[in-house]
Amino acid sequence: MSRYYTDEHEWIDVEGDTATVGITDYAQEQLGDIVFIELPEVGTMVDKGGDAAVVESVKAASDVYSPITGEVVEGNPALEEDPALVNTSPEEDGWFFKMTIGDKAELEGLMDAKAYEAFIAEL
Amino acid sequence: MRYLPLTDTDRGEMLKAVGADNIDDLFVDVPEVARLSGPIGDLPMHAGEMAVEKHMRQLSKQNLAAADAAFFLGAGAYRHHIPASVDHIIQRGEFLTAYTPYQPEIAQGTLQMLFEFQSQVARLYGCAVANASMYDGSTACWEAVAMAGRITKRSKAVLSGALHPHYTEVVKTMAKFTGDEIADSAPSVQAQPDNAGLIARIDDNTSCVVVQYPDILGRMPDLAELAEAAHAKGALLIAVNTEPVALGAIKSPGELGADIVVGEGQAIGVGLQFGGPYLGLFAVRDKKHVRQMPGRLCGETVDADGRRGFVLTLSTREQHIRREKATSNICTNSGLCALAFSVHMTLLGEKGLRQLAGENHRLACMAAEKLAAVPGVTVLNESFFNEFTVTIDGDARQIVRELAKDNILAGVSLSRLYPGVDAFSGGLLVAVTETTTEEDIETLCSALKEKLS
Amino acid sequence: MNAPNKSGWKPSTPAGTEGKFGGPSTTTGNKALMLEEALIFEIGTTDTTGVDLPEIDASAPSKLGGFARDAEIGLPGLAEPEAVRHYTRLSRQNYGIDLGFFPLGSCTMKHNPRLNEKVARMPGFADVHPLAPVDTVQGALGVINELAHWLITLTGMHGVAMSPKAGAHGELCGILCIRAALEARGDAREVVLVPESAHGTNPATAAFAGYKVEDIPANSDGRVDLDALKARLGPDVAAVMITNPNTCGLFEPDLREISDAVHAAGGFVYCDGANFNAIVGRVRPGDLGVDAMHINLHKTFSTPHGGGGPGSGPVVLSEALSPYGPLPYTARTKDGQIHLIEEEQADAFSDEHFGGKMNSFGRMTAFHGQMGMYTRALTYMLSHGADGLKQVSEDAVLNANYILRAMEDVLHAPYAHSGPCMHEALFGDKDFAEGLTTLDLAKGLIDEGYHPMTMYFPLVVHGAMLVEPTETESKATIDQFITAFRSVVERAKNGDQSLKTAPHYAPRSRLDETMAARKPLLSYVEADAD
Repeated sequence: MSRYYTDEHEWIDVEGDTATVGITDYAQEQLGDIVFIELPEVGTMVDKGGDAAVVESVKAASDVYSPITGEVVEGNPALEEDPALVNTSPEEDGWFFKMTIGDKAELEGLMDAKAYEAFIAEL
Repeated sequence: MRYLPLTDTDRGEMLKAVGADNIDDLFVDVPEVARLSGPIGDLPMHAGEMAVEKHMRQLSKQNLAAADAAFFLGAGAYRHHIPASVDHIIQRGEFLTAYTPYQPEIAQGTLQMLFEFQSQVARLYGCAVANASMYDGSTACWEAVAMAGRITKRSKAVLSGALHPHYTEVVKTMAKFTGDEIADSAPSVQAQPDNAGLIARIDDNTSCVVVQYPDILGRMPDLAELAEAAHAKGALLIAVNTEPVALGAIKSPGELGADIVVGEGQAIGVGLQFGGPYLGLFAVRDKKHVRQMPGRLCGETVDADGRRGFVLTLSTREQHIRREKATSNICTNSGLCALAFSVHMTLLGEKGLRQLAGENHRLACMAAEKLAAVPGVTVLNESFFNEFTVTIDGDARQIVRELAKDNILAGVSLSRLYPGVDAFSGGLLVAVTETTTEEDIETLCSALKEKLS
Repeated sequence: MNAPNKSGWKPSTPAGTEGKFGGPSTTTGNKALMLEEALIFEIGTTDTTGVDLPEIDASAPSKLGGFARDAEIGLPGLAEPEAVRHYTRLSRQNYGIDLGFFPLGSCTMKHNPRLNEKVARMPGFADVHPLAPVDTVQGALGVINELAHWLITLTGMHGVAMSPKAGAHGELCGILCIRAALEARGDAREVVLVPESAHGTNPATAAFAGYKVEDIPANSDGRVDLDALKARLGPDVAAVMITNPNTCGLFEPDLREISDAVHAAGGFVYCDGANFNAIVGRVRPGDLGVDAMHINLHKTFSTPHGGGGPGSGPVVLSEALSPYGPLPYTARTKDGQIHLIEEEQADAFSDEHFGGKMNSFGRMTAFHGQMGMYTRALTYMLSHGADGLKQVSEDAVLNANYILRAMEDVLHAPYAHSGPCMHEALFGDKDFAEGLTTLDLAKGLIDEGYHPMTMYFPLVVHGAMLVEPTETESKATIDQFITAFRSVVERAKNGDQSLKTAPHYAPRSRLDETMAARKPLLSYVEADAD
């Protein structure tokens, strides 16, 4: 399994033909207390860089973009009951959705953990 | 000028403090071409309270107030007695001169009231959640259609022919700009609403079926049957109610399966006011649809000391946060009208509301019976609450105009609502409330008898 | 469903308030005149009522068609003394203009004259049905026409759509007029340009009307970047939505030039009139090339805000847009007369006066609009007269500049260098101590007895504070506010941590908005219902 990061602060875990997407610890910290997550419906086709989910704090709503192109195959059911999971465990239990990998080549433009760490250090 | 506290001395000192020689220095950014000086058109100069009141009173006297007539107008706006304490409460400065409760620590009065209002409306409508109000019933109706589109991701709304024609017009106007398809039809002037015809128009692209209950002609459509038919096609049922007092006597739309219930709340606490401000009511039966609702929502929470308190919540649906992705552009709504509604409803309580509804229905039944006995008048409805349709042998609109000269406001003619439809020329909507006396009913009957003989 | 609270009184005793305000805790949670109040669902019952109506006669005929309600609704009632007390107690937990200074930027919280209230309650206005025969409501139509005349004259425009119910509804009206006018000339355009400092209703409105929204940047003086705007104009731009004075409290001196450029490119200019109080009687938007502008009667013309409405948002229109306005509609004809036009007469009237059919985009609301607001606004206008209204804008602008100059040495005022402000002064949180924010400062002002200013708007200034004093405040009130404002600013700059937990003296301390949003509780549920 390998993990990649985007400059929009999403992470993506690739395992075989499917990938899991969430937002980074840095992102959740910027957003503050998260109160609601709108996940894409299973079966939705999402484009790389396109709107895939919405994450809401009390005073803000932010779009979450899909890191790659593919079809949504599962949403994280735990988030409906407990959106705070994204605050407490953003990069594990607080994952957003799983998707197919339309084009493996798209992963190449993404950052690895080290590059992402350097990226947020600059912000 | 009595509303301006600054004296000329103050103004002089303040100008000096900001480093300006005169007031024009503060308007330097206004280009020369746009600066006004001297009188503005033919507008008059300032006037004292007595002079202004006199002028307005003269305008007021050119209107025939409902209290001075035998009054039978309805069609979406109803005259009811409003207890004196309602007007007293809404004129308390802390309610009247407050803003939208953006600072909840010093707006608990408005917020708790809104929470109570939402709860009252939800119960009255048989729904899980109601919002903190919309502009009026017609705009709430459109917002419900738009919301059904968001939920079902379909774009065709099927409107009952017996939906208030002005509501239909509002929905059609708005839909022109969103690209929604609106299937409407003329009302069928029969004893029973045409449910079968409405059901036949539902298809797989239908987002919602919009039906008024009681409908524009005062009839009772079977909402349960419509809900079943709509749900079978994956569409939502939107029930529209323009007379909330009716819900003290008849089953709630939510109880009958409506998914979104909207309506006009004016009849309780607000008054006629020539059409506005009124009070849009908006509720959903299932709380899973809450995040698609338009408008403000007040919710319960606690403060830092653990005390119960209330806040505006789920604001991320709204324009000030979501901007172009908001569920609606609505901002200011009808807060003070919601207060009037809530105070009146609290004074009524379940017992009073049921009694009020009972009295309305009793008098309406009496009026229907007496009108049916007038030669040339036929009562159309088999069922009704406090408003029903009669057909008369003559031009109803003309007769209404003529009777108005004798201080009889006989009802709303169908020609007023549907101009140019000849088939409706004899149709007249007659509304009867607790403010109608038996004497008023006699007056109307004998006047019609005279006109039609 | 159980009847609400059949057991009677269930006080909601506030917890954790021991020792607040330096005294012992009380049994009731009350603090002398600070009175706690339960919900109506906790103190009322379904068989209590505050009205006297006849008992229902079960033997009376019923024509309800089998829909008679049997289940209990669950609506609690209170007898009149209890009801009056309930709402009076609630009212005392509210701040209003009647209590004190309310400098909420962009909202124009001015005094609401009581003559307006008295007039609105005259039976000839309050007790008149919207569908009454027109012969019986000539005075009501007279009010609409007279108010329309004032609005048209004060703005130098051609027509006015009276029916929109509030500012955002008015914006929608204006943008729909623009779209209808463009469509009438077969010109489908896709984009509406909105300055980034705009009120959120602007982009929401344009998006609703089917337009793509693009931002226009502001320049370093807090105004629309004219060059950027001009560069973006083209055949795809339907309209530019501009707020003038803008949300930074500054007049847009280039508006005429902007309008000319927009018109030359075939588009229209929408002006958000929320800030009309700064210029009423001194500047006519019609002279600046504006095509449509809504006027918030509940701001400039003193109709009460009522804790969130009702508002009223008539839209004045240029000659080019007038034929497309919604019905019912009010227009001035060449002879100077103003007419009210509904569906029936629209075409004939338009044929006669506008040389063609009325192309109204339709109806926005069931009836004529906010009559109750019209009577109040007209009363206000007649009281002030043309001379008084000019004084209104002058005093409003003077008060705001006085605050701006009294604060700029202690508080970051990002545009103070660019000249006088209009009716509101804008500040930012630049020099606050680490960890203290605009929100904390606002809560500190609550403890000082003020309603805070608008916070975090406009978005173009960090930690924005928008202060709008209006003209109905005395110099003494403003001087006292400045003293208090300066002291709270100093506390914020010095890192006074007690601001983090302010307000300390309000009926409630800070509310947990996260909990409210995560687990929305939007309707009363009996404790035993689960």
